[in-house]
Amino acid sequence: MEAKSNDTTWTDICPLNDLTPDAGICALFNQQQVAIFLCKQSNSVYAVDNFDPFGEANVLSRGIIGSTADITYVASPLYKQRFNLVTGECLDSEEHKLKTFNVRIENDHIQLKEAS
Amino acid sequence: MSKQRIVVVGNGMVGHKFIDTIIGTDESKYEVITFSEESRLAYDRVQLSYFFSGKTAEDLALTDAAYYEENGIKFVLNDKVVDLDFDNRNVITASGRVESYDKLVLATGSYPFVPPIPGNDQEHCHVYRTIDDLEAITQSGETSKTGVVIGGGLLGLEAGNALVNLGVETHIVEFAPRLMAVQLDDGGGALLKRKIEGLGVHVHTEKATTEIVAGTTSRYRMNFADGSHLETDMIIFSAGIRPQDELARKTGIPIGERGGIVINNHCETGVEDVYAIGECALWENFIFGLVAPGYQMAKVAAAHMHGDSDSEFTGADMSTKLKLLGIDVASIGEVHGKTPGAQSYTYHDEIEQVYKRLIVSADGTKMVGAVLVGDVEAYGTLLQLKLNDMKLPANPSVLILPSSGGEEAAGMGVDALPDTAAICSCFDVSKGDIKNAVVAGCCSMGELKASTKATTGCGGCSALAKQVLDNELSNLGFEVKKDICEHFAYSRQELADIIRVKKIKTFSALLAECGSGIGCEICKPAVASILASYWNAYVLEDEHIGLQDTNDNYLGNMQKDGTYSVVPRIPGGEITPDGLIVIGQVAKEFDLYTKITGGARVDLFGAQLHELPAIWKKLVDAGFETGHAYGKSLRTVKSCVGSTWCRYGLKNSIGFAIDLENRYKGLRSPHKVKFGVSGCTRECAEAQGKDFGLIATDSGWNLYVGGNGGMRPRHGDLFASDLSDEQLRTYVDRIYMFYIRTADRLQRTSVWLENMEGGIEYLREVVINDSLNIATELEAEMETNIENYQCEWKTTIEDPEKLKRFKHYINSTEADTGLAFKVEREQRFPASKKEILIKELS
Repeated sequence: MEAKSNDTTWTDICPLNDLTPDAGICALFNQQQVAIFLCKQSNSVYAVDNFDPFGEANVLSRGIIGSTADITYVASPLYKQRFNLVTGECLDSEEHKLKTFNVRIENDHIQLKEAS
Repeated sequence: MSKQRIVVVGNGMVGHKFIDTIIGTDESKYEVITFSEESRLAYDRVQLSYFFSGKTAEDLALTDAAYYEENGIKFVLNDKVVDLDFDNRNVITASGRVESYDKLVLATGSYPFVPPIPGNDQEHCHVYRTIDDLEAITQSGETSKTGVVIGGGLLGLEAGNALVNLGVETHIVEFAPRLMAVQLDDGGGALLKRKIEGLGVHVHTEKATTEIVAGTTSRYRMNFADGSHLETDMIIFSAGIRPQDELARKTGIPIGERGGIVINNHCETGVEDVYAIGECALWENFIFGLVAPGYQMAKVAAAHMHGDSDSEFTGADMSTKLKLLGIDVASIGEVHGKTPGAQSYTYHDEIEQVYKRLIVSADGTKMVGAVLVGDVEAYGTLLQLKLNDMKLPANPSVLILPSSGGEEAAGMGVDALPDTAAICSCFDVSKGDIKNAVVAGCCSMGELKASTKATTGCGGCSALAKQVLDNELSNLGFEVKKDICEHFAYSRQELADIIRVKKIKTFSALLAECGSGIGCEICKPAVASILASYWNAYVLEDEHIGLQDTNDNYLGNMQKDGTYSVVPRIPGGEITPDGLIVIGQVAKEFDLYTKITGGARVDLFGAQLHELPAIWKKLVDAGFETGHAYGKSLRTVKSCVGSTWCRYGLKNSIGFAIDLENRYKGLRSPHKVKFGVSGCTRECAEAQGKDFGLIATDSGWNLYVGGNGGMRPRHGDLFASDLSDEQLRTYVDRIYMFYIRTADRLQRTSVWLENMEGGIEYLREVVINDSLNIATELEAEMETNIENYQCEWKTTIEDPEKLKRFKHYINSTEADTGLAFKVEREQRFPASKKEILIKELS
């Protein structure tokens, strides 16, 4: 079901209403697992690598999103490390940083693009 | 300077304590060698009875060879010291070994007194002193139906408990007119007797055994002076101890008229450089048969050898508090009316079986002694009053009367205690020590335990220590901040109140009402749990999904590789063969690792997200419900079969366990909750280790609250006795909802109860006497929850919209390619990164 894509074009992933507000889903994009989150309060979407580098499992889309000061993050469901959803940086350790993806809502669809 | 050579004769608890103290001082100064006639190094004789509840000799050990070797202590086992040569300063052993000493310490302990009754030396006649004795008793127990303990003192009752544990019909025969004649008065002894008889143990007082002969129906027959008799298969003598002073007698060390090695305040005997400590020592014509005074002597002797002549033994407090056959008993000070003019206050509740007597001085201002049976909560306060010789409150009866309306029970705040007051006697922590710890930064019981070790011994002082801690904190002007996280300036309890009173149904409404930001992984699950507790809505409503931990979100426990466990509910652990077959078939079809758990059910591991609906469809179709293993909610109700099958069961524990599990299943709470239901006092369901523990008695249920296994095991506190089924449900409803209302996030009932001001007594006030006038509300809330119960998995598999979330990719049907498994013992396990690599390379 994967749509064709390259680095410069946006790829349709799924209808917006497949996402549950304030929760995540995992998408298959260019043979990569991408965790996508919809934050209801700010009506923004975020996309980061689904692989948890601490627990070494593909689970981040199943974490809880939260905020501290003005940073929005996801907390891993395994060992609770927090990752900045905009930059991919880990708030609890400098050693790990997640890959991030460009993501947008277009015509009520979620679209992804490799970050430049 | 050459090392001083110390020889310690006897390696019991006190001998070991002495060595341990020496190790702690300046080991380079001493060379220590110790002898024991037993085959083991020192072990905990006080806990000896636990041998029957499964503890091994190793569990009871106080030390081991490695520790002694590390610290340069030489030890010789199985070789008794039989002679002393004071002129040449040598000890001589049974095997002929000769060792010289500079200082000699006799810690030979005591031996059990066996009354000179004809026939007392037969095969199944035992004493109760060493591990070897206990092993022999166990062996006799295997071929015995009936057993008798001669002696109804403290140790005798412990021996009685041992017989009960061995499953033999137990009799206790006492010469005196009451049990525990030394520690208790007539009233206390009589109630103790009644309570023990209530447990099915036969008590015979005022019986003098004249002979033990061959029996007709049993192995032996005991004839008594009054002409009556008793048949039994085995006998344990527990009629007191005698100081082991054989060696001293033989070598001419001065001993007392009725035995015991005479010592002075430095624990020195009448022979130069020879000390005696523990139960073999006679101080001011008194033998101390408890371990604490022995330990004091050990410390004094060690200090004196080290050159500290200020350190003296000046007697010891013989107050005791203990649980005998599950019955609380305590005795403080002098209770036999030997103090001229003493008067007393007595509280005797025949219904609840509680006896308390407080003996005060002639002028009524100071305490002389106290006896407590059935309720020993006042022990801490009373002991402090006595030890510190404090002035009694104006109306001393409040000290033993049941408290009412949540006011401070004793009427004597901890603030009144002097700094020298001993709070934790196990680790010798005074009120002043706690005060200093608080000044140094201790703010919680956890920190206090870490820095002072207080309450980590027997734990009997935890309530008192907590009171002192809180008192010191508030004296310093602390106000403990309990905000749950940065998004809400409220504790979990306050949030629960806001949600309940304002009838808030969603997280976003709560955030709008009193929060900031978007929430986080701390407050979201906590609020989700409160919402579920009060309104018991389906946890997978869109509004709630983002709040839950993944476990609640996908109705399974996430494992280390991102797969989930599947745990169907098996109420009470009862399952039909057909049910088992279905579980087996499902596990086989989906290749799930299968394990029987400690909670009496079957866990299936390794289910992938997309497989969960199909797995649960099969289980639900076969009649299973979700087991909520993923939720902070009721887990399991562990049970024995009770009166349905068991020869000893008093009530139908399995039936009641199933009822309870069905009543409370699905209810979300601050943390997980477990129940245990035992059909009799043998307690096979380990109910006292559960949040709610029920033990059947011959007239109802005893309810225990706040038990816990896990990281810090704790036995539950007895909340109420002999309850009917109906009473029990009502009380549990109220306690459970009160816990949900007032506990902190992720706080188990054990910690909740420990931190509750006023403790179990306060909880009783709230639940039994409805002191807060909320009982009806609590029951109504529980009723609503029970009515709204649904099996979350059944609801989920019936809703195609909800099932959309149960796949790994939103835009593909592929499974997670990152998963890898290996097979061990014919089952599937997650493979590690290294194992995957090895497999790929091969």
